[in-house]
Amino acid sequence: MPEIKRKSGRKADEMRKISAKVGIIPNANGSAMFVSGKTIAIAAVYGPKEHHPRNQRNPAKGTLRCTYNMMSFSVTDRIRPGQNRRSTEISKITEWALEPIVILDKYPGKVVDVYIHMTQADAGTRCAGINAAAMALAHAGIPMKNIVSSIAAGKLDKTIVLDLDKYEDSEFEEGEGSTDIPMTFTSDGKLTHIQVDGYITPEQLKEAMKMAREASKKIYEVQKQALKDSLGKEK
Amino acid sequence: MIKQTTSKITQERIQRYLEEGKRFDDRKLNEFRELSIETGVSKNAEGSAKVKLGKTEVLVGVKMNIGTPYSDSPNKGNMMVNAELLPLSSPRFEKGPPKFSAIELARVIDRGIREYKFIDFEKLCIKEGEKVWTVFIDIYSINDDGNLLDAAGIGAVAALRDAKIPKYDEKKEMVLFGELTNKKLSVKKDFPVSITFHKIGKNIIVDPTREEEDVSEARVTIGSSKGIISSMQKGEPVALEIEEFEKILDMLEKTWDNIFKKIEKVVK
Amino acid sequence: MTERKIIIPGEKIVDSKEFLPGEGTEKRDGGIYSLIFGLAETLDKLVKVIPLSGVYNPRRGNVVIGQVEEITFNGWIININAPENAFLSLMEVPRYVNKDGLDEIMDIGDMAVVKIWGINKRGIDVSLKSIGLGKIDEGIIMEVNPHKVPRVIGKEGSMIKLIKDNTGCNITVGQNGLIWIKGNKVEDELFAKKAILHVAEKCFVSGLTEEMEKYFGGKK
Repeated sequence: MPEIKRKSGRKADEMRKISAKVGIIPNANGSAMFVSGKTIAIAAVYGPKEHHPRNQRNPAKGTLRCTYNMMSFSVTDRIRPGQNRRSTEISKITEWALEPIVILDKYPGKVVDVYIHMTQADAGTRCAGINAAAMALAHAGIPMKNIVSSIAAGKLDKTIVLDLDKYEDSEFEEGEGSTDIPMTFTSDGKLTHIQVDGYITPEQLKEAMKMAREASKKIYEVQKQALKDSLGKEK
Repeated sequence: MIKQTTSKITQERIQRYLEEGKRFDDRKLNEFRELSIETGVSKNAEGSAKVKLGKTEVLVGVKMNIGTPYSDSPNKGNMMVNAELLPLSSPRFEKGPPKFSAIELARVIDRGIREYKFIDFEKLCIKEGEKVWTVFIDIYSINDDGNLLDAAGIGAVAALRDAKIPKYDEKKEMVLFGELTNKKLSVKKDFPVSITFHKIGKNIIVDPTREEEDVSEARVTIGSSKGIISSMQKGEPVALEIEEFEKILDMLEKTWDNIFKKIEKVVK
Repeated sequence: MTERKIIIPGEKIVDSKEFLPGEGTEKRDGGIYSLIFGLAETLDKLVKVIPLSGVYNPRRGNVVIGQVEEITFNGWIININAPENAFLSLMEVPRYVNKDGLDEIMDIGDMAVVKIWGINKRGIDVSLKSIGLGKIDEGIIMEVNPHKVPRVIGKEGSMIKLIKDNTGCNITVGQNGLIWIKGNKVEDELFAKKAILHVAEKCFVSGLTEEMEKYFGGKK
């Protein structure tokens, strides 16, 4: 594979520094924070609880409802407060990434609300959001088959790389430019979410997926530890 | 569970305890909870602050952009304060555009900063009549355990003091977002502190927990600094006796001193 | 063997050769895996996971404390801190209730100690028809995470008795984490509240009973 020099100095398969903390919002049933480099996501879970509006209730099982948004000052060019098309789409993607693992059979007609906010953004926001949400759901005692771990792999010109930062995602233009592939894995290797933005062959995509899968295992360990550490000091 | 309305029995107990000059968490009536302020917590913002007052937490960010001045002040920059009471922070807040309480919070904070003339708006003029800096102050609630108002007030001041002016390319007439100059936003050395006084029965308290806030009948938010009042607003529908109002004014100085000392300890 | 281990969803607890999957677990791929965040416990051949956080899961027979949210034509809707509200029918009150006088018995915002007598598709049904149940007239209501209730009560009620004796308060602990404290002085009530919070915080420490005895020895 062709060598690449990344502006950050990272190796091709090197992830940014990650950290996590569980139980940061006392009012919520579950809450967590996930940090990846300069990207910070916080998530809070409220539920299971009565689902309003009534006409959206699912009589067969509980509903998972995710709301993702970025704080106006989390990016360099201020975002007007409120939902926009991008945040609406990512909210849905987050729901799809988490739904395969949550078990809501025991809560027909109820809702589990997941709120995710970016307090600081440097690309990889939806992945950080999903990682925080997964921990918050576990912290809230929601039955889950698994935890999910999310990371973006990608391509810079012809090289497969891991975890694009903002510069690489939006300003890198050499050769074939940058391709961003956020993915989410369960701890036993199942894929619950993938998106591709760029220019990539199926073979390269397979390689990117392998790289992301390996990285997701490291993220899982951090999430697991954050959950276990949260028992020292409860809300 | 956060009950949508605090029960009558809790209300009764809070009042009974207040008659003896006591509160559930052993605080005095004019005492604020433990305060922590962290600035520079959001690196893409021009200035930012995270404030914790007991378990209440808010995040405030300052962003700046070029705008046109108001016609009656062609050589002054302007300011816009926005607040969101996030559902993330309490089961009582709903999704959607800001409701009255968020709008009121923003306006009270705005008034506190504007009337004190905390920001030197003249220094924000780039080209008179045409280009000025607009300062955006965005407030987000992270956990609501009462008194988001005063926590937000402290956060706004801290974030403004932390703020630096972004680089401006004069030739291209563009703001270089993400690149800051070393020049700090010009603010007064002294700062206004917003204190909200709450009437519960015959007593006046400050910095209520959410439980106390639920049983508060009326409140008065006063923005002041070193004995000078620059802004004031009364909220909630119950009327105050003149004596009660005067009692608030009497409490102001000592309460202000206490909280000011706490803020000084944690902010450079 | 009662071994306890902190476990997260999807984590394997044991191989399934000798064990059976109990509450909060499932058997797959030759192992017993956890479905929730909690403490995994093995007792004889059964493996189960006890939740440590999250909402209250209502059970028949539980005595809980709740708040009236709504009054309907035939009863009261009570928030008991569960995924759904409970319903108290006017037939489940130990005295005659006039259909127009429901709010005189209990109004919106009032708190009561109730017992869950039925859970079905329609919802949770509660009753006031037993000793120890009824509207709460005065006192302090506090809240702990429902999963800490067993610790607060203690083995055969030993912990809660220790707190009652040392504070002189009547204390009713709801299985849903809400606790009603009634004493002669507000000071005593707050002292009991602090003691309960202390127990809830130190949930996982062993030797807690001795520590609480010291706690009271020192303070009083």
